[in-house]
Amino acid sequence: MITLEINGKAVEVDSGSTVMDAANKLGIHVPHFCYHKKLSIAANCRMCLVEVEKAPKPLPACATPAAQDMKVHTLSEQAKTAQKGVMEFLLINHPLDCPICDQGGECQLQDLAVGYGGSGSRFKGSKRTVSTKELGPLVSAAEMSRCIHCTRCVRFGQEIAGVMELGMTGRGEHSEIMSFVGSTVDSELSGNMIDVCPVGALTSKPFRYAARTWELARRKTISPHDALGSNLTAQIKGDTVIRVVPHENTEINECWISDRDRFAYEGLNATDRLLSPMIKVDGRWGEVDWASALDHIKTKLASPTIKPERIGALATPQATTEEFYLFQKLIRALGSENIDYRLRQADCEVSFKAPWLGMRISDVEKLDRILVIGSNIRKEQPLLAHRIRQATKINHGLLAFINPINSESLVPTAKDYLIAPSRVTGLLLQVVKAVCLSLGRPVANVLADLSVESDAEQIAEMLVTGEQKLILLGSFSLHHPDRSKIEQISHLLGGLVDAKVGLLSDGPNSLGAESTNVLPGPNGLNAIEMTDAPLDAYFLLHAEMGADSCVPSAAIEVMKSAQLVVAMSAFKDEVAEYATVMLPISPFSETAGTFINMEGAVQSFGPVAPTKGLSRPGWRLLAALGKLFGFSTFEYESIEAVRGGLKACLDDLPRRLQSQPNISNKVPISVSAEPLLIERLSDVPMYSVDSIVRRAPALQLTKDALSNYVWLGSELAQELDVVNDDVVRVEQQGNSFELPARIDPNLVRAVVRIPMNSHASRVLGGVGGSVHVVKLQSRGAIA
Amino acid sequence: MSGIKLLSKEAYQGIDKEIAKYPADRKSSAVMAALAIAQNELGWVSESVVEDVAAYLEMRAIAVWEVATFYGMYNLDKPGRFKLAICTNLPCALQGANKTADQLKALFGINFNETASDGSVTLKEAECMGACGDAPVVIINDREMRGKVSVEDVAGLVEEFKTR
Repeated sequence: MITLEINGKAVEVDSGSTVMDAANKLGIHVPHFCYHKKLSIAANCRMCLVEVEKAPKPLPACATPAAQDMKVHTLSEQAKTAQKGVMEFLLINHPLDCPICDQGGECQLQDLAVGYGGSGSRFKGSKRTVSTKELGPLVSAAEMSRCIHCTRCVRFGQEIAGVMELGMTGRGEHSEIMSFVGSTVDSELSGNMIDVCPVGALTSKPFRYAARTWELARRKTISPHDALGSNLTAQIKGDTVIRVVPHENTEINECWISDRDRFAYEGLNATDRLLSPMIKVDGRWGEVDWASALDHIKTKLASPTIKPERIGALATPQATTEEFYLFQKLIRALGSENIDYRLRQADCEVSFKAPWLGMRISDVEKLDRILVIGSNIRKEQPLLAHRIRQATKINHGLLAFINPINSESLVPTAKDYLIAPSRVTGLLLQVVKAVCLSLGRPVANVLADLSVESDAEQIAEMLVTGEQKLILLGSFSLHHPDRSKIEQISHLLGGLVDAKVGLLSDGPNSLGAESTNVLPGPNGLNAIEMTDAPLDAYFLLHAEMGADSCVPSAAIEVMKSAQLVVAMSAFKDEVAEYATVMLPISPFSETAGTFINMEGAVQSFGPVAPTKGLSRPGWRLLAALGKLFGFSTFEYESIEAVRGGLKACLDDLPRRLQSQPNISNKVPISVSAEPLLIERLSDVPMYSVDSIVRRAPALQLTKDALSNYVWLGSELAQELDVVNDDVVRVEQQGNSFELPARIDPNLVRAVVRIPMNSHASRVLGGVGGSVHVVKLQSRGAIA
Repeated sequence: MSGIKLLSKEAYQGIDKEIAKYPADRKSSAVMAALAIAQNELGWVSESVVEDVAAYLEMRAIAVWEVATFYGMYNLDKPGRFKLAICTNLPCALQGANKTADQLKALFGINFNETASDGSVTLKEAECMGACGDAPVVIINDREMRGKVSVEDVAGLVEEFKTR
């Protein structure tokens, strides 16, 4: 520890701290632009110059190590003169366009110019201009003359996003921030560059010129798009959410959020918001009032052709815990046990453990062995990928992937074991055998004849060493037709090498669904079984079967032949195809609720905007339905009453999370599985995960949003003589679909990627499986 | 696109030699040398060369582009057959470098950083080459140094270029 004095106040800091750290500890503000607590030190803006006694000239606080008995003055004449001098230089080239600048009112340069800038400029020359840069649909770099070259955006790309997409080219007065000739910024964390930019050089494209910062109300909420549960601040103008920025939470999202969390709000204002209850009569939709809609449901359910045990209930993990609790309570009171939320899980047979990370999110940085099985983790959980990157950087942890897709530039030292989905269980069993041999444990009989390849040996070698270990199963594994086998072997492996096993579940609230038991009861049907053969009636909570189900065409088919389909949804376009009643419920922004994130953190939030039209919060609607059917236990007048009801579920959560996985001979493990020649990978593109994201126009313009293509690896493309945009036909079990091809050099040879929600997937049906690919025509032939 | 090799086998061998000077995980340290080798072979550092070098050194193209744009001696535009860099720092200027430069400009009808219309010569203004005893100094194609290049010598240079 070091003791030093700043402005006469003594402070103790760790050795290795800077003067800036010490000042922050004392709550003394030192003006700065390039310094950012989460980024490396650049010391290139010089705004934080302070006086240090016995130093011949002012020193930058951000880059000066604190020393014992140092005496620092941040407000002395020398410090102030230095800071004012720096400000004068910064303002020489900065345009005086604050009145038309999007950053105006929340600009660090503007704020500090008030304190340190002169009232006029002594510089009489002309200001330099910098050309506009095109960085893609999310980040605007239209006014680069405003840039003060702090390089925060460049350092963010290198250090946090993990991909250097922006750089500072040129030298001296000719320096410019730009991407490499004409390329866009495609990082899934790119929006944070807007936040770190201290001036109006990088601004948010969707938000530009929509509002001034002082017009906005700010309300805290939780991200409804992934299981990380990022803390957000929603900014509201009038009744509309028009911007979302991070709310700092060091345990969860630090000061970052993914682009999905940041720009998805546009979907809340989609044109197809359901604003009134609607009933389909003779094939035509008509708006009705709430009373008639509910009466209609009651009458229909009373009809003898709808049997209680033939009611199906499907929810997506987007629902709040309160909604889940009332939903399952209502359906069970109606007499059905057909309840499920795992719409994308092709294999719902056995579950071993609640789907959670197995540890705290912040502890991921402390891991020294991470094995990721089946996840395009950067796209799936952008900020967890950042934590994993930190584990390898700070902790020098070893990272390996078993994936059909190369992890690209997540971590240069990461080992990628590229493998087709159908071969994953085989490889994992080899790893189990290799681990047993290495630890001197007995090898199970079923594995006796299994030959262990060198890949498996390498993975086993990595896992048997090290202290803090995690085996992480991503969405490719959890949506895999053999999910239960992969999960079981992973738990087995975790037990052998003393590693935690983490599951990256869908949506923001899978744990909420698990803890409130939105799962089939005894003799109840699971999500897949409910879509296998039509039931009499369906209740859908937030679910859009065409995009949220892993078997979209089958799901829509059974809905269409049901007598009653009640869709509780915020949007109408999709559900209108197969529902018979549509009830408008609030998206997360207009209701109070609770999400339980992947580490089991229970995060409650209130509404940030008023409800639209006649829509009502889901919990109110479900309570009203319960009362309408005459169930006595549905007297919920407030969200607190609902929370009181589900308290027992939440109290039980820690026990469920900590319980040992039950893996005793649940799934028969077979070693022999014929590898398929070419197989299909049905992934969920990152901007298709939920109904709100799917309606966010800016996100849909990004490269990550493309879905109506088939992606081939370079090798397979060469074999088939296919180049980008050639039309190919994909055939599977008698079904076929023609669509343009894209080449993804990261894809393993034996796999073609067809997104789960694309038209092609709907036609082909099912997930995964062997396919046949034929080239039909070249790009030139269409034109 | 990465994977397209734009340089000769010898050039990549030269880059390998440079890479070997640094620790195995610091390939990017060889970026300046690699760009110089590429420029020596192709005459300039085009955007596709930058991508090629980036792929070879496992760097991001923008990181290589930062280096290429920072240093004035990388040619980011295709130069003429002969790139003449004339030093205009003080010792050379005192020995008449500006007059030599003016003569060159007049003869080829170009200014500094321009290429003659027939593509023969590009004129560059250079900084001190550390050969002030021979001022004014001219460097031809980054490699060949000529000392004491007076106004009178310019005509001879032009003749020489015609025959080379």
